[in-house]
Amino acid sequence: MTKSKDRTSDELSHSERKTLRCVVGHMIPLSLEFGVPGADDPDIFADILRSIDRDRDAIGEALRMIDTLAHGRLIDLPRTEQARCLLDFRNEHKTLAGVLEAAAARCYYRDDRVMASINMEARPPFPKGYLVEQGDWSLLDPVRARGRIFRDAN
Amino acid sequence: MSSSLDVEKDTAAMNDPVDVLIIGAGASGAAVAWSLAETKMRIVCLEQGDWTKPSDFPSTGRDWEARAMEDYAISPNRRGLPADYPVNDDASPIKIANYNGVGGGTVFYAAHFPRLHPSDFRVRSLDGVADDWPVDYHTLEPFYELNDRMMGVSSLAGDPAYPEKKAMMPPIPMGRTGKTFGTAMNHLGWHWWPSDAAILTEDYDGRAACINLGQCGSGCAQGAKGATDVTYWQEALRSRVELRTQCRVSRIETNEAGMATGVFYFDADNKEVFQPAEIVIMACNGIGTPRILLNSASERFPNGLANSSGLVGRNLMLHPYAQMRGHFDEKMDGYRGAPICTWSMEFYETDLSREFLRGYSYQFSRGIGPVRTAITGMDDGLVPWGEGHHAAFRRLFDHSAGMVSICEDLPEEINRVTLDPQRCDSNGIPAAKIDYRLSDNTRRMLDHSVSRGIEILKAAGAHTITTKAPLPYAGWHLMGTARMGTDPRRSVVNEWGRSHDVKNLFIVDGSIFVTSGGVNPTSTIQALALYIADQIKSRIYELFD
Repeated sequence: MTKSKDRTSDELSHSERKTLRCVVGHMIPLSLEFGVPGADDPDIFADILRSIDRDRDAIGEALRMIDTLAHGRLIDLPRTEQARCLLDFRNEHKTLAGVLEAAAARCYYRDDRVMASINMEARPPFPKGYLVEQGDWSLLDPVRARGRIFRDAN
Repeated sequence: MSSSLDVEKDTAAMNDPVDVLIIGAGASGAAVAWSLAETKMRIVCLEQGDWTKPSDFPSTGRDWEARAMEDYAISPNRRGLPADYPVNDDASPIKIANYNGVGGGTVFYAAHFPRLHPSDFRVRSLDGVADDWPVDYHTLEPFYELNDRMMGVSSLAGDPAYPEKKAMMPPIPMGRTGKTFGTAMNHLGWHWWPSDAAILTEDYDGRAACINLGQCGSGCAQGAKGATDVTYWQEALRSRVELRTQCRVSRIETNEAGMATGVFYFDADNKEVFQPAEIVIMACNGIGTPRILLNSASERFPNGLANSSGLVGRNLMLHPYAQMRGHFDEKMDGYRGAPICTWSMEFYETDLSREFLRGYSYQFSRGIGPVRTAITGMDDGLVPWGEGHHAAFRRLFDHSAGMVSICEDLPEEINRVTLDPQRCDSNGIPAAKIDYRLSDNTRRMLDHSVSRGIEILKAAGAHTITTKAPLPYAGWHLMGTARMGTDPRRSVVNEWGRSHDVKNLFIVDGSIFVTSGGVNPTSTIQALALYIADQIKSRIYELFD
């Protein structure tokens, strides 16, 4: 399938990219404890920028809101102030925050380093598939013993 | 009488006439095409989308979860692909889901395949609400069975919530999720059973068995899921049915006698074409069908085609869902395996002590992948931003399971599909507009299902339980907008699918449902399509009387 021809392909401005990188770094930060990069890692962030086509307008709106709440530019604030500003943003603009969360999570949780840290094989589901326990249907014996439960409609 | 349409017909390209023209190649269009093929009539199906390629489906790539939210998203408004038409669902708490292409909604459905129950066809007689259907379970039973064989259904015989049904192949795996919830349901003394699923658990009819990809909802790369592009259409094409893709029908034309003469459509090159036909069959789902009928308004049919009752587009039913999920100390199935494993019909039949009429079913569902775990975790406030993100994520990932309730949506005329006065698709055809609200009965039913769902989750040992009711992005089931019935004043088609007003126009999709039941509709949609095709064949010499 091809993408719709009339969808905007405008890229984020340099300033918007800097704000977005700051936001996703706060959202999912690097962790030495778990041995994973943050969502502002260069490779992951580049993946995010490549993948926001459908959400471009909503993300632009979210970033403008954040800078407004920062009374300037988010990136110019000290880190603790940035975090406080983003908390206000999430409380006041839950839907827009959700767009940013989805954009970050879609790319972060397919990075090989992150996959390895949560014990997932770095592969697509197809063609190998997965195993699921068959189970023992004798577990249904009490349901069978209770008998019919549907209504007669005649 | 000359009309503006006659003039347009002169300017549109004209194809050779066909005996049967089917609009839409999804669940019902495929079934009716296959069934009618044995008549050797010349049959053409027009489909606005294209064939899918299994090698393109999300599960073939590392970005499988992301792609299921992009080109393979369930919302046509999110996808916005050339095959899609916009649906204005701003005035509905439930947003519309569909897929436009060969196979239609079966390309994206979970293949959870329950039938309606006998009582669903007799709601007026049994419960004093809505209307009885003009057909019953017994009438459709042979067509349910035939459809199961065509689609390839796995199940376990003996479900006490249904009349006896044959099992073709073993049910989908129980997994840790099915075992956990089954044990809980036994503890509560409530019904549960492995789901009937249009998913192969054994090789069948040239198709390979399921390998638990877990991505039924964005297309099955294995071909184990019964989507009609890999079932009915393969046989229909071998029987010389012609399927034209990227052909979007705009309206149906009629003559002085009030009979359909054919349809106008836009081909892949955006060229308008007129396709003459002796019989027109609509299979465009509960939104697409009223959209075309309303857009076919003319001097002869000023309120839209087949709409003397005024009911085209009305009585839209969507099946409100509630979702209840919990988290477990032990590892669950996660993203592996068909997402839905078992069902419960414990609260399906009317019980007046519950303070609502009719009822609902539960689908028990396995876990979700890492991307959705993170997104829903952040949305539910369970996964924070910042330092605590990683530890919180790891507590949820591969440790969740839950259920949805599917509530019977009783028909109400104020819930409807109309033509949007502003928005159009890429061919300039007006978009569909949805006006829909939940009734008090539905709200009480949703509340009940949430309470009982929490009870089940607690009995199963879950903690950190979340609920959503109604589930917003769950408008998969599109029903009731051209209902069937024997009274032309109260229905759009008769008891065998023929329009009361236009005697060579048939409807075979979910539009003709009289009531919705509380289960997924696809098996019933297809059984009805096969039944109507059978009626067409048996009445062929008196079809237009």
